[in-house]
Amino acid sequence: MLDIKNLHAGIDGKEILHGVDLHVGTGEVHAIMGPNGSGKSTLANVLAGRPRFEVTAGSVLFEGKDLLSMKPEDRAREGVFLAMQYPVEIPGVNNIYFLKAALNAIRKNRSEEELDAMEFLQLAREKMKLVDLDESFMNRGVNEGFSGGEKKRNEIFQMAVLDPKLAILDETDSGLDIDALKIVANGVNTLRSEKHSVLVITHYQRLLKYLIPDYVHVLADGRIVKSGGKELAEELEQKGYEWIEQEVAAAR
Amino acid sequence: MSSTIEQLANQEYKYGFVTDIEADVAPPGLNEDIVRLISAKKNEPEWMLEWRLKALRHWFTMKEPTWANVRYNEIDYQAIRYYSAPKQIKKLNSLDEVDPELRKTFDKLGISLEEQKRMSGVAVDAVFDSVSVATTFQAELAKLGIIFCSFSEAVQKHPDLIRKYLGSVVPYTDNFFATLNSAVFSDGSFCYIPKGVRCPMELSTYFRINSAGTGQFERTLIVADEGAYVSYLEGCTAPMRDENQLHAAVVELVALDSATIKYSTVQNWYPGDKEGKGGIYNFVTKRGKAFKNAKVSWTQVETGSAITWKYPSCILQGDNSVGEFYSVAVTANYQQADTGTKMIHIGKNTRSTIVSKGISAGHGQNSYRGMVKIMKSAENARNYSQCDSLLLGDKCGAHTFPYIEVRNSTAVMEHEASTSKIGEDQLFYCQQRGITPEDAVSMIVSGFCREVFRELPMEFAVEAQKLLGVSLEGSVG
Repeated sequence: MLDIKNLHAGIDGKEILHGVDLHVGTGEVHAIMGPNGSGKSTLANVLAGRPRFEVTAGSVLFEGKDLLSMKPEDRAREGVFLAMQYPVEIPGVNNIYFLKAALNAIRKNRSEEELDAMEFLQLAREKMKLVDLDESFMNRGVNEGFSGGEKKRNEIFQMAVLDPKLAILDETDSGLDIDALKIVANGVNTLRSEKHSVLVITHYQRLLKYLIPDYVHVLADGRIVKSGGKELAEELEQKGYEWIEQEVAAAR
Repeated sequence: MSSTIEQLANQEYKYGFVTDIEADVAPPGLNEDIVRLISAKKNEPEWMLEWRLKALRHWFTMKEPTWANVRYNEIDYQAIRYYSAPKQIKKLNSLDEVDPELRKTFDKLGISLEEQKRMSGVAVDAVFDSVSVATTFQAELAKLGIIFCSFSEAVQKHPDLIRKYLGSVVPYTDNFFATLNSAVFSDGSFCYIPKGVRCPMELSTYFRINSAGTGQFERTLIVADEGAYVSYLEGCTAPMRDENQLHAAVVELVALDSATIKYSTVQNWYPGDKEGKGGIYNFVTKRGKAFKNAKVSWTQVETGSAITWKYPSCILQGDNSVGEFYSVAVTANYQQADTGTKMIHIGKNTRSTIVSKGISAGHGQNSYRGMVKIMKSAENARNYSQCDSLLLGDKCGAHTFPYIEVRNSTAVMEHEASTSKIGEDQLFYCQQRGITPEDAVSMIVSGFCREVFRELPMEFAVEAQKLLGVSLEGSVG
């Protein structure tokens, strides 16, 4: 599904990713962990095509297509979804209207019929239950006046509606209490299938208790320095990131 | 005998080309002869001519105002032609003959084919003939005693009403541009809703017979008698071109006791090209007077014109009267807008609401200028003002000039203002969900304007939303 080769990227002329290699197969859940400043969010944003980030070398293939040459909206239409670390507010733009426009843009790209208001509402109601959002949220502005937890749940709700092939969760767990965390994990678990892949970016292991990854990678100083199974996450939780940094330093 | 000849000679000199009544175009320049010519062409009664002349004489004593936050080349008022006969628009045989650029815009706005034909002067099928539609409406209105006709027609047919209300809200001495209009106004609309009648449809110039071109100096007078209600629509979303660069319109609204007048405008005059060349200078005076328990409500969507100078205002004369102003002003490329409102509270328990949304893109400059004045007599007056500015890009500007004058300590005033920029983050968020930057901008802008759009009649609101998208096209990316 996703093939990242020797990816170098940065922001404002400063390189942050120094050659990332990663393969995510269809139906797999990968977790990327790492200390602050290791480049986790840069990776997420580069994959989604955020304008300020520059790719200086390397390649990313998504289902065999060159992802890096696509515009952000085309990546989304191809099935890449990024649950943002800091979802923005768009005042006055109705949540449900926004999401309907998004879904229909994506459906159009897949040559599927656009949903009408009633069909969409039915779908939205169904998915809303997943993340325990009240229906009144739908008629508010996009993220307007939402609490931090509500914004994150809204991201997962959007993901559930848009049904992406690859979902990237950029620190979706940060700032969530345990109940919200379970709700988010549950939302993502529902998406899990042999057709969907998930890339979970997180600093802590706690989300991974409920959202169990197939693979765990440690990103440090812009490179993936260690990969393993779900046990790796537990090990990191116990030992912290220092031992990995030491291991990496020793290997150099 | 010789003195009579002399008199006649003088007279002929004095009235110059009035004799030349068949001429289609007056020579450039402005003087009493020109005003007499205009009046004669319209076959106006003496009192109307006198009123025009008083205005003209007053205008000569006035100076063009310079306080607005707009820049433009000096206007040579003596180089302008103040009269030309309404031109017969050349009939086209099919839409294929219409300028393809114009058609593209029509399509983007979602204007129906029949409507496109009507607006671009293509001969239409008898069934859809706007005149026949208009006739039907006219008949229906007449049953209710509603008068809706061109201003010129009203001068002929309803002189008492015109004499009573003309200049009662915007006197001919009011301001430089209104005074100019008073002297030379070409035509416009007149509307009278009798006591207790609720006008059953949105009135629009579209349904008015004889609306041959709006003209450069339009004058509109709407009178809602006691307890009457009317909603009036001005303009349309289709791009309007005009050879005349200077436009100075006047609109007067009179809402008698317990009457309501709702006046909605979509202004889309030619804004000039991308470099800022050409474009209409739009200097408009709009004012409504609300008597006891009456309400005057202005809603405007201003997307066109190179210069917009416009302050639809409310004089809240009667006790418990209500004034409202909802505005969206867009300036893109090199457009400049200085617009806002005046709310003059005179009666007791008067209330006013101001919601102004300014959107600037490109090199556009957008100023909100508003005055709220609470007179000594206005016990328990209330005002709520909200002025929001949205910036697209970093070469445009947004300015706010609120003036507040309170002479009664029981007044309650609220003022909120905000300036925001369409952020890269907002755009990216939309794009990441599969929405193109163009659609994202139009979505964000619509959200920003929502409070104003919901004041517009339904159909108008949908068109206005699309219009914003078209106006701001190319402002991002």
